[in-house]
Amino acid sequence: MELDERAVLKRVFNYMILILLAVVILAPFFIGIWTSFLPTMDIAKGNLFGTNVSLDNYVAAFTRTPILRYLANTVVIATITMFAQLLFCSMSAYAFVFLKFRFRKTFFTLLLITMMLPFEAEIIPNFATVKQMGLLDNYAALIIPFLTSAFGTFMLRQSFLQTPAELKEASDIEGLNHFQFYWHIVLPYNKISMITLGAYSFLGAWNQYLWPMLTTFSNNSRVIQNGLKQLQSEETFNDWGMIQASAAIIVIPTIIVLFIGQHYFKSGMNEGAVK
Amino acid sequence: MLKTSTTDVVSEKKAATTQRHGFRLNAKDNYYASIFLGPSLLVLGLFVFYPMLKTLYISLFLTNTLGKTTVYVGLSNYAKLISSPDFISSMGVTLFYVAAVTVLTVGLGLLLANLASQKLPGIGIFRTLYSVTMGVSVSVAAIFWLFIFNPSTGFFALLSNALNLPVVNWLTNPTSAMWAVIITTVWMNLGFTFLILLGAIQSVPNTLYEAADVEGASPRFQFFNITIPMISPTLFFVSTITIIGSFKSFGLIDLITKGGPTNATNMLVYRIYKDAFYSGNYAKSSAEAIILTIIIAFFTLLQFKFLEKKVNY
Repeated sequence: MELDERAVLKRVFNYMILILLAVVILAPFFIGIWTSFLPTMDIAKGNLFGTNVSLDNYVAAFTRTPILRYLANTVVIATITMFAQLLFCSMSAYAFVFLKFRFRKTFFTLLLITMMLPFEAEIIPNFATVKQMGLLDNYAALIIPFLTSAFGTFMLRQSFLQTPAELKEASDIEGLNHFQFYWHIVLPYNKISMITLGAYSFLGAWNQYLWPMLTTFSNNSRVIQNGLKQLQSEETFNDWGMIQASAAIIVIPTIIVLFIGQHYFKSGMNEGAVK
Repeated sequence: MLKTSTTDVVSEKKAATTQRHGFRLNAKDNYYASIFLGPSLLVLGLFVFYPMLKTLYISLFLTNTLGKTTVYVGLSNYAKLISSPDFISSMGVTLFYVAAVTVLTVGLGLLLANLASQKLPGIGIFRTLYSVTMGVSVSVAAIFWLFIFNPSTGFFALLSNALNLPVVNWLTNPTSAMWAVIITTVWMNLGFTFLILLGAIQSVPNTLYEAADVEGASPRFQFFNITIPMISPTLFFVSTITIIGSFKSFGLIDLITKGGPTNATNMLVYRIYKDAFYSGNYAKSSAEAIILTIIIAFFTLLQFKFLEKKVNY
């Protein structure tokens, strides 16, 4: 009897801690999303518990700011980057796993070296390159440097290595060439790693900040991260309600995507990293 | 010409002997490889290798305002950096930030993961909630937290008012501005770190805990003597990932403090950007970029070495 009571108390205590931590972690969201429904006047007066709740800030964000344009730019760029990385990373991973070509070791070492080089340290020559190509303030400037990724290649290689040898033998007997084996067997077999990489490259492109800040300067090509900064610096703390609404507009879809893709993220991460 | 033909013979011989083991070096594979690998090599060459070498090259010269190299100066750009109190303080700020972010991210992530690994009804909801910040990008995180830190209308200010405490102007004081950036970074990192550590804790064999329970070991003892050692590879992994990520921090700094006040948050990548794109001092910026590269390469290499030991494939 006594033991049961202690177990119940312990359980209640555990739940209290779990809830408390959840509240702390989610507080910035709650505050942000709650204030996005309040009139800016109330926010400015520090009246955060007003009852004038409305969608006015959202309407303002959609009608008075180019946020939809920023979103569209970002979705297009992130989608193209994702498909390009899926294609090119899987192709190069395939080469490293299934082709015994000359200098394979050398190229693989180069790939590993590539993973050590931070893009942030290369912005000066890269800026010069895209400028020379005439791509400044153009979607292409945000896509071309990220058509492939060393990390993505490495991650898919780890996954491809686990493709059963029997599949290769069977397809050799069937007379499949490398293109057919790659497209019809290897890619479907490694679907989960592909989805994981897709999610990573999409989110990676979505979260780019420094590079688009350097290479885009008009609303025609500005992406959402820099767009939010633009809104925030233009409005300079005047219209907090609308700024919070813009932030909410951006964060809600990503969180939904994340919840759907969470399972894949975890499995992919374990594959690419530590078993 | 002669040399290549002999190597061809050698490699063909090698191919013949290794054929039995499924290893074959042949011309056909070379052809396929050029197609499969070509596009990636081209992009990586143009946007990773070439710019790295170019940055290294620029860092050995003086540059004019257009970024053209003028006089070869050897390592003197680096010597100037190392003897500049400005740069040293910037490195100090960066190291402090990286250390604080890493300790807090991994520490809190571990705490959350350990709590959420309990087998309780409804625990799945908490797992989802704790990983939610994974979906937050820099600009959104910055806006949420800027509002919280805002001295006139912000949440902390209101809280201080309500409790009759003095209102801190978070972003104008060097120490608190740094903490504002650290807190925001840790918050952003937490979801990802939590998820990875949770996965590791869940894969610790249950029999170990059962055996410990039989021995009457306390939960605290089990945490430090079973959980921590068992997940140490993952702890190492998330630590190096966090270290690398925080050395490269840029967005939050640009959005929250712009390196200020009085350079209190002027970290390495922000300097690289400012020196090149504001001051037009491309040589200095390139030398800083090379220093960043050395740091990142070191930690990535550490990660590789460790993975090599731990992962069997």
